[in-house]
Amino acid sequence: MRKIRKIEEKFFKIISQLATYSLVAILGYIIFVIFKNGFSSLSWEMVSEIPSGGYYYGGDGGVLNAIIGSLYIALGATLIAIIIGVPAALFINSHLMQRKRSQNTIRYILDALWGIPSIVYGAFGFTLMIYLGLSASLLAGILTVSFLITPIVIRSFDDVLSTIPRGLYEASFSLGSTRTETAVKVLLKQGFSGFITAVLLAFGRGIGDAASVLFTAGYTDNLPGNLDEPAATLPLAIFFQLGSPIPEVRQRAYAAAAILTLIILIISLSSRFVSRKYQKKALKF
Amino acid sequence: MRLKRLLYNRFGEIWMLSAITIILLFPLVIGIALFIKSDSIVSSYSLAELLFSSEWLPSEGKFGFLPFIISSIYVTILAFAFSVPICLLTAIYLSEYAPKRLTVFMQTVIDILAGIPSVVYGMWGILVIVPFVGETLAPMFGVKSHGYSILSGGMVLAVMCIPYILSMLIETFKTVPNGLKEASLSMGATRWETIKHSILKKGRPGIISAFGLGLAKAFGETLAVMMVVGNVVNITANPFDSGYPLPALIANNYGEMLSIPMYDSALMFAAFLLLIVILFINLFFRYFIYKSQKI
Repeated sequence: MRKIRKIEEKFFKIISQLATYSLVAILGYIIFVIFKNGFSSLSWEMVSEIPSGGYYYGGDGGVLNAIIGSLYIALGATLIAIIIGVPAALFINSHLMQRKRSQNTIRYILDALWGIPSIVYGAFGFTLMIYLGLSASLLAGILTVSFLITPIVIRSFDDVLSTIPRGLYEASFSLGSTRTETAVKVLLKQGFSGFITAVLLAFGRGIGDAASVLFTAGYTDNLPGNLDEPAATLPLAIFFQLGSPIPEVRQRAYAAAAILTLIILIISLSSRFVSRKYQKKALKF
Repeated sequence: MRLKRLLYNRFGEIWMLSAITIILLFPLVIGIALFIKSDSIVSSYSLAELLFSSEWLPSEGKFGFLPFIISSIYVTILAFAFSVPICLLTAIYLSEYAPKRLTVFMQTVIDILAGIPSVVYGMWGILVIVPFVGETLAPMFGVKSHGYSILSGGMVLAVMCIPYILSMLIETFKTVPNGLKEASLSMGATRWETIKHSILKKGRPGIISAFGLGLAKAFGETLAVMMVVGNVVNITANPFDSGYPLPALIANNYGEMLSIPMYDSALMFAAFLLLIVILFINLFFRYFIYKSQKI
């Protein structure tokens, strides 16, 4: 009897350990495959030039159009998400402080919004675009991506704000500050690490998402110069080039994927670094 | 001075209030917009016809969504079956056995896995999973397959869902009170017995919800699945055959949808269907979590 218990304990400890390490192995394997295929065809030309005439038959050029387009869309969308998301998160934690019920209801709806897949946002963005009389453009892409990432900004910023101790609010109110002043001067400062994390998380999602820009941003070989021009994006560049029957073009898709993965890795690691740095600056209780 | 502060306060309040109102109305607006767009197809076909007919010939005006719905469910269930054991075991190991340093390290691993864009997962699927299924797995089972199959879709999707489900499971296990574990251990239970009898029991609502939300996430995932699933309209029980999930249908046909009558409406109906199913699953399981946390 005791033996069986011992064996059971050992057995489950070992397989759960294996499961954990298999996860590390999967991540390592994905990154290895992407970088191995990508770096062999990555060149300076890939990141510094736009596609030339025969590009899609294996001619010269690079994916600068997609890199710039993706950065524009992700930056624009993140800006909109900050303008709407940050005040919303502050509101939940300052004005609704004493109304636990409404706080929970709002968080509930936001969580559900976070769960909506990006293809639905894409379809909605497309509908809205037609309704407003726009064509596939940078502006439509920015708007659609901002719908997608605003709930992310709010919810992840809110997660940090909700851990701020009550005493800090009371101190601020007792000194005579209004609720808005408390929100901006106390909450924003104390939760700054959360703000950075939220913004970087949203930016990463915005730059990597393909399904939402598929309908709305269009695709072009030129650099977007204006809000009403179509813009190429990195995920779509990868997707379209992977479908090509020509091996050289597929090689470039691998290179573009390596670029995108590198960007995501940098964002993800720097968000950890920055948030840790600001966490040290926040007041401790 | 006082006026300035009052104005500042007022302005801030208005900004915050309008931001939160916009966001809260948002799901409603999406739902209404997609519903209006899909109205022309819903009013000319019966709902049963749309959902349970398997004929898909848009140019002849036949819109049966059954093959897509079944493909979606099939892929989702496969992904679920692959990811659940790994998630559960990893969450148990990280919250009960693992040293602190490993937990911190794994948090980074989970974050990076969650951050990798779906198109990159799709490419990894084409490079690794598709040949694996086509050249290794299919011959092992004595089937012919080119690898672009429902099984490949399920495997890629499983990897994508793992970080999502796993972080919710870890959250759940954190909420189990320490006293409960200590009580069980002090009665002479082994660690595994403690996990089995108290932690998994106490955390059950959270575990079920994590799995439910993982299902919803898998159901809506588009690009990665679309790249490896083959995109052939058919109803099949063989996982080595190609499938055509609902999100892939929307994404694949956006180019031609304006040239065939009712096609755009049909695709918007598909998007509406996705929205409703996923929103419902989300609302249901999140409610379940809130309820169980109160007790």
